[in-house]
Amino acid sequence: MSLRDALRIPTRDVTDEAVYRDRRRVVAGLAASGALGLAGCAKADPPAAPPAAKVDPARMRAGFTTSEERTTYQDVTSYNNFYEFGTGKADPSQAPRTLRTHPWTVAVGGQCAKPGRLSLDDLLKGLKPEERIYRHRCVEGWSMVIPWLGVPLGDVLKRFEPTSKAKFVAFTTLADRKQMPGLSYPALDWPYREGLRIDEATHPLALLATGIYGKPLLQQNGAPLRLVLPWKYGFKSIKSIVAITFVEHMPFTSWNDEASDEYGFFSNVNPAVDHPRWSQKTERRIAGTGSKLFADRIPTRLFNGYAEQVGSMYAGLDLRKWF
Amino acid sequence: MVLSAAAARPVRRRTEPGVIVAKIVVHLLALLPAAWLAWQIRNELVLGTGRLGADPVAAIEHFLGLWALRLLMITLAVTPLRQLTGKAVLLRFRRMLGLYTFFYATVHFAAWMVLDLRMDASQIGAAIAKKPFVTVGFAAWLLLVPLAATSFQRAMRALGRRWGQLHRAIYVIAVLAVLHFWWLVKSDIREPLLYATIAALLLGWRVWKRFAISPRRTATAG
Repeated sequence: MSLRDALRIPTRDVTDEAVYRDRRRVVAGLAASGALGLAGCAKADPPAAPPAAKVDPARMRAGFTTSEERTTYQDVTSYNNFYEFGTGKADPSQAPRTLRTHPWTVAVGGQCAKPGRLSLDDLLKGLKPEERIYRHRCVEGWSMVIPWLGVPLGDVLKRFEPTSKAKFVAFTTLADRKQMPGLSYPALDWPYREGLRIDEATHPLALLATGIYGKPLLQQNGAPLRLVLPWKYGFKSIKSIVAITFVEHMPFTSWNDEASDEYGFFSNVNPAVDHPRWSQKTERRIAGTGSKLFADRIPTRLFNGYAEQVGSMYAGLDLRKWF
Repeated sequence: MVLSAAAARPVRRRTEPGVIVAKIVVHLLALLPAAWLAWQIRNELVLGTGRLGADPVAAIEHFLGLWALRLLMITLAVTPLRQLTGKAVLLRFRRMLGLYTFFYATVHFAAWMVLDLRMDASQIGAAIAKKPFVTVGFAAWLLLVPLAATSFQRAMRALGRRWGQLHRAIYVIAVLAVLHFWWLVKSDIREPLLYATIAALLLGWRVWKRFAISPRRTATAG
């Protein structure tokens, strides 16, 4: 079964978020009581390998999951920055469903031995989707906790055999006026482009996501294929990817082009480096089902709390200069 | 002093019924956004996520700020409208519109301090001191305070000519408020541009009146 097929499972087989949350609690409870082996339960969980209810310490250390309260599916899919569908937070979810996600091809090229134009199925063939529950921090000062579904970006990239000249990887979002009404306004220099250093792109935390909450990505979340880089501000996690290019030099990135003093190439989450217009010391966490009116701001952590995993990549780098 | 001031008070003319009705309507219209917001907050508290979206704190701040700005523009439109229509009665609505501007601006500021920054004095202070868009917004609100405080008849009489000079601060406030909005948005300037255009027209009208018309008047007078 290809990933695409896996994602096209009938609605009745898709676990409802409430059940999803509840089952975890029940399973965790059983596990805690020692009444149940977990392997059997796990098999029933389509389409990805389910996260173990009892998180194994190695994975926890790797930051692949978190027990923090999750953002609801409703909030993750209705509060989005995706300027190709409008610059308001609700615009992308309220825009007409004009994005054609099938067929979808991704052009991979540049400094690699095996460039090509691949269908989404071919791009992800043989890779087992996995779930990662990551914190997601927006440069605007709000954050979410999201269960993504995807494959490690590094596993996909290495199939193209990047050469020693591939120091960076550049990504491009689809830019089709017919499918994306927001393109009629030049909020950014379209198409949207982002980039990573090759070591960042191949870091185990970097995810090429195709789903949220065990369901396929919706248009507003960057269907059918997007990046998820939990230690960086959200805008680095480019959506609806149509091109991946291995390059020798630091590539053009859209927000950096728009305001280079506000949005650096790295854009790692860092409470010590303020955005010129607002502080990054704390954040408003959008999570849970209760009212968010009385929730306290929470302190922002260096690299969004993933410093243990990604910190070594930035050793010796002046994080004020290379923000 | 008090007695003489009271004695000097002119006999109040009775307000015409039409004006009273119109004032009630304006009050209701000005309160409508606040009532809508109060209802949405009630729903948010009782039912959980509602029309305020995933980030209700940001939505509340933005909504209140936007209405403060809209009422400011409406207040500034009163004088040009009177000059264009010749209807002096319009001036009777200016003060209440100005006070509603102050009301929305104050609740906007309070929402930012209480709901957003959770009364964290150090963060509030740092933001006002270091973030230009906050500094500008705070300055606009601060300038509104003396205008609201001197909006009643007795202050008007006590200040005499200086009352008019003081209340010309509204022009500065309009510029600061638009700038506050402009600096807040990330790259889509359409909405702040709309308000900047309206403010430019309203202030430009006054400049034009002063410099393009008065010389001619002086000429005929001379």
